[in-house]
Amino acid sequence: MTRARPILMRIAQVIPVVVGVVIISFILTRALPGDPAAYFAGDAADEASIAEVRAKLGLDEPLPIQFLYYVGDLLRGDLGQSLTTGQSVAADLAQRLPASLELTLCALILSCGFAIPLGVLAATRPGSWVDHLCRVLVTAGVSMPTFFTGVVLVYVFYYLAGIAPSPLGRLDFIYLEPERVTGFFLIDSLLAGDFETFFAACRQLILPALTLALFTLAPIARMTRAAMLQSLSSDFIRTARAAGLRRRKVLFGYAFRNAMLPVVTTLGMVFSFTLGANVLVEKVFAWPGIGSYAVEALVASDYAAVQGFVLAMALLFVVLNLVIDLTYTAIDPRIGFGSR
Amino acid sequence: MSIAETHRRQSTLDHIVYVLRDNPVTLVAFAMFAVLILAAVFGPSLVPYDPLASDATKALQPPSAAHWFGTDNLGRDVFSRVVVATRLDLLISVAAVALSFLVGSALGAAAGYWGGWLDAGLSRILDTIMAFPLFVLAMGIVAALGNTIENIIYATAIINLPFYARLVRAEVNIRRESGFVLAAKISGNSNLRVLALHIFPNALPPMMVQVSLNLGWAILNAAGLSFIGLGVRPPTAEWGIMVAEGANFIVSGEWWLALFPGAALMLAVFTFNLLGDGLRDIVDPRRRT
Repeated sequence: MTRARPILMRIAQVIPVVVGVVIISFILTRALPGDPAAYFAGDAADEASIAEVRAKLGLDEPLPIQFLYYVGDLLRGDLGQSLTTGQSVAADLAQRLPASLELTLCALILSCGFAIPLGVLAATRPGSWVDHLCRVLVTAGVSMPTFFTGVVLVYVFYYLAGIAPSPLGRLDFIYLEPERVTGFFLIDSLLAGDFETFFAACRQLILPALTLALFTLAPIARMTRAAMLQSLSSDFIRTARAAGLRRRKVLFGYAFRNAMLPVVTTLGMVFSFTLGANVLVEKVFAWPGIGSYAVEALVASDYAAVQGFVLAMALLFVVLNLVIDLTYTAIDPRIGFGSR
Repeated sequence: MSIAETHRRQSTLDHIVYVLRDNPVTLVAFAMFAVLILAAVFGPSLVPYDPLASDATKALQPPSAAHWFGTDNLGRDVFSRVVVATRLDLLISVAAVALSFLVGSALGAAAGYWGGWLDAGLSRILDTIMAFPLFVLAMGIVAALGNTIENIIYATAIINLPFYARLVRAEVNIRRESGFVLAAKISGNSNLRVLALHIFPNALPPMMVQVSLNLGWAILNAAGLSFIGLGVRPPTAEWGIMVAEGANFIVSGEWWLALFPGAALMLAVFTFNLLGDGLRDIVDPRRRT
């Protein structure tokens, strides 16, 4: 039972953060340019109908009461109506979230699969060509604007090489969307046993995922290298080597497991950047996720949709940080949350 | 100037020369920074064409001797537009970083010096800001405040604020009880004077590194916002919006529209990142990577 307490404490720490997020998002909603009531009533509205809309939206109440209304709406899962799609924002977001998650997760898997081995190799062979490659990639990676990387990849692989399909969405129009089970095309098409659609979805996915992966590569590789270097130079590694343990055992059993902790922390931060970069990448590749939904809403001044998106992203990020902190206890049982 | 002071100046200068000689990359970064500043200050008066003048007969020409970076879909000279955009891009990021530097310093120093509810309240607010994915928060702020360049600056400043405030708070907090601070207080200096003139200057070196690393990030952020159509409006020349406009032509092979502004953006960010790393070597040799 000693393990359960710190976990519960950590979960309790989420509450003030969620309250803060909701307050900020309420402030952002109230800061709409102009009068929200006049905005929602439409251009042709006269004074009387604007006042009616104001009363209906609760905008004539004092701010604390309005805040309670807002929280009440949120608790019922009501993020307001989108003006462009005519549906509720929550339904729109739920509809489009799998596309974004599929892209983000594939990108993160891709970049971890490359960055972590690269960082480990660079740390075990300082000064070698792997180390230099790692340094060049890290420095270039943090300077590359994501949207620019995407545009360059489209030019090279679609226009010049002709390998990639046109950068328009999740599936070429000649294929039918697989039946919606999870909303992830890769999983749904496999569940339906439709390998042709699976490969078509893969082909559409690879360039945007690569763009995002290149963006996240730098921080992960940098952190892995630094953490491995520190871990390899510590006393317990020297002891393990002196005790005659095999190189592989020392490297992966001892050094790598200890180096994973800061890497997992970095992953949380990287995910924050990825959620932002997602918006840009989705715009470049016309990917029908929540990022491009927010961009369309911004262009159309559909503020309810934008604020719903911001709030949903923040909550997603809070939950993710919680999950990362909890996985700590799985990786490293020494961690206690009470001290922090 | 006393002998000891001359000696200290000398050794600081020696240290900078030593670091620069040891790391020529930092020297290159300073040179690139100078080029950027020159382009921002003198660019608009040096460029060969008017960045806004369109000429339908010369639309979408590839790079040539007359148009070094080619022309865009309205026949505007891409080279002139890329150079002229330097001023606006640097202006947005410098203004945003300066704003978060000033506000962050004041808030962080007060919280670190006096502590108490001020510290607790500020920490809560900063934690809440950091709980948002920052680019997404910037989008939300611009959407709420209105779609203008000033609001891009405010949004970028707000999302950068926590980094400065936390740094200053930590630097001030560890020195609050130290000997030189007590000595200054006993000599009759007011709290504000001790904080501003005795403690805060100690936080400046790490702050400078943060500023330099942050500038690159602020440029990326502002360009990203204008890439999705916020803030800067066409036909204004700005790197992010130029890449966005050029992206429509990349699928038909007109690469020069998006490539050159994108490369300029990358170069600027790269310069600030190198500069930040170089400054860190000068300021704090232990944290060299």
